[in-house]
Amino acid sequence: MKKVFGYPEALTTNQTHYCPGCTHGTIHRMVAESLGELGLRERAVGIAPVGCSVLAYNYFNCDMFEAAHGRAPAVATGAKRCRPDLILFTYQGDGDLASIGAAEILHAANRGEKITVIFVNNAIYGMTGGQMAPTTMPGQVTTTCPFGRNPDHEGYPIRVVELLSTLRTPAYLARVASHTPLHVVEAKKAVREAFRLQAENTCFTMVEILSVCPTNWGLTSAESNEWLEQNMLPYYPLGVFKHPDRSEADSAAEAGVLQGA
Amino acid sequence: MAKVLMKGCEAIGEAAIRAGCRNFFGYPITPQTEVPEYLAKRFPEVDGSYVQAESEVAAINMLYGGAGVGKRVLTTSSSPGISLMAEGVSYIAACHLPIVFVNIVRAGPGLGGILPAQSDYLQATKGHGHGDYKLLVLAPASVQEAVDLIYEAFDLADHYLTPVMVMGDGMIGQMMEPVDLPDMRDLSDLVEKPWAATGACGRGPNIINSLYLKEDMCNANSWKLKEKADEIERKEQRSEAYACPGDVLDVLVVAYGTMARICKTAADEVKKKDKKKVGVFRPISLWPYPYEALAAEAKKAKKILVVEMSTGQMVEDVKLAVLGKKPIEFYGLTGGMVPSPDNVAHKLRSMIK
Ligand SMILES: Cc1ncc(C[n+]2csc(CCOP(=O)(O)OP(=O)(O)O)c2C)c(N)n1
Ligand code: SF4
Repeated sequence: MKKVFGYPEALTTNQTHYCPGCTHGTIHRMVAESLGELGLRERAVGIAPVGCSVLAYNYFNCDMFEAAHGRAPAVATGAKRCRPDLILFTYQGDGDLASIGAAEILHAANRGEKITVIFVNNAIYGMTGGQMAPTTMPGQVTTTCPFGRNPDHEGYPIRVVELLSTLRTPAYLARVASHTPLHVVEAKKAVREAFRLQAENTCFTMVEILSVCPTNWGLTSAESNEWLEQNMLPYYPLGVFKHPDRSEADSAAEAGVLQGA
Repeated sequence: MAKVLMKGCEAIGEAAIRAGCRNFFGYPITPQTEVPEYLAKRFPEVDGSYVQAESEVAAINMLYGGAGVGKRVLTTSSSPGISLMAEGVSYIAACHLPIVFVNIVRAGPGLGGILPAQSDYLQATKGHGHGDYKLLVLAPASVQEAVDLIYEAFDLADHYLTPVMVMGDGMIGQMMEPVDLPDMRDLSDLVEKPWAATGACGRGPNIINSLYLKEDMCNANSWKLKEKADEIERKEQRSEAYACPGDVLDVLVVAYGTMARICKTAADEVKKKDKKKVGVFRPISLWPYPYEALAAEAKKAKKILVVEMSTGQMVEDVKLAVLGKKPIEFYGLTGGMVPSPDNVAHKLRSMIK
């Protein structure tokens, strides 16, 4: 009989430490399946961030680094420039990527580093216990904005994919979500496309994945999925914002359509 | 090979190439920008790759990535940039990765000034980044010595799996001197790096990591670093004793880098004109500090004079070597002011009149 579903070779069998209902595990699987399907695992080097996924090096069955908070794109840059034949990916949370590592991601994208960035946006600092992130929603309560994020005081959430889309350097930039099976299927396609483009040495690639943090959102798993749908999706439109095969006008139009949807 | 006249910074870049380095990551800062400028131009001829990082924070993390995949990597900077690199160097040390980085020291603290100084001594030898680790710090006194030490630094880094800093003051970077460049390193006999993250092909994953959530493992890594530091301390102390023959010295001057050259001129003058016996002791490895060699020289001296382009950062190491057995005086200018041979001679005369 033909095997149609199995455990991805690019994942170890270690049990993860993620909370029940957390989407980090699902996203790990998307990455691992993509590496496996494209035959890239043996050339892959992943960079774990500082954040809840700091221990990702225990879960991916490929060579790994653990980087300083926010610096994963710089580490990946160094590795890729030294060994262009390797497949480099970073796996970063929103505090890691959009706050302390804002300079590193911006410039890695602008240099067009041939790496793949998996950006997990859960609108909060998970690891340190639920503080405000640059992607925290207006009005969202966290331990450091206990009365809800006030845009007058803390500004508005950063839309990283849109921000990077303004760069002239070619890139693959997509935003997907992970809170329903249908979204997971779409998300996986985007992750795989990013790795495919890297393997062909095409451009910088990043997939932002809207995610949940039931523990620090103070919601059940089902409520979290609903909260993401109600609060994050309207502000963070899904879609491919930039693709090297498509003109920027097309990508913008598609993003606009999705935004309206 | 015939000698060539080269500016210190350019010679440093060329020495790195000859040592087998093909990847440089850096950010411009005076007075060392000629290193990245030189390599940006020269690297294409040797299939090298130059990346101008967005900051020194990023540059050192690029070295982390490059060293982790097993390549010889270099960055150069000056004081404020070196402060920004402290985070990355701590990670690199903790992960036992070999890198070479250069500090062409300028005056500080703060933005300080762009002129030569030696005011980063304590940062380099006692601390820099967080945690229990030590940097191997080498201080050249000439462009030739800078070339030789850079060339060797890559081997030392690979051998001990440690960050190595070559620390020169602004003069080392900016002055032009004739140098003998070493041959291109035979890259086929570099040490193997089976730990490098080069893709888990035919083996289990290699993991470059400094996180140890279990305290006994974090403790073990710190002690592993300490053992390495102890070995470096035993094997890598370097120094030079200049014109110190004989059993008795009126004064022994202790100085490093270009300051030591200036002190030699002053010592020669006082010897000749005042018929006094003055020797100069020059530490070349600032860490490990050559305590025993200095103690042996200090035995012969009636007095010790430490001269630095700082307010006296090395004095505590001299005290540790001399252990209170001889009086120690200090003379220094900083902020970009360089003590002249006359300044030093004047100070020497005040000590031996
Ligand atoms: C230099 C530095 N500053 C602060 C921290 C503390 N810290 C660890 S994780 C984290 C936030 C992580 O949040 P995010 O990137 O959103 O990832 P998540 O945990 O939500 O997956 C912070 C601030 C650190 N480790 N290093
Ligand atoms: S704290 Fe949040 S992000 Fe972290 S593992 Fe738990 S649910 Fe996931």
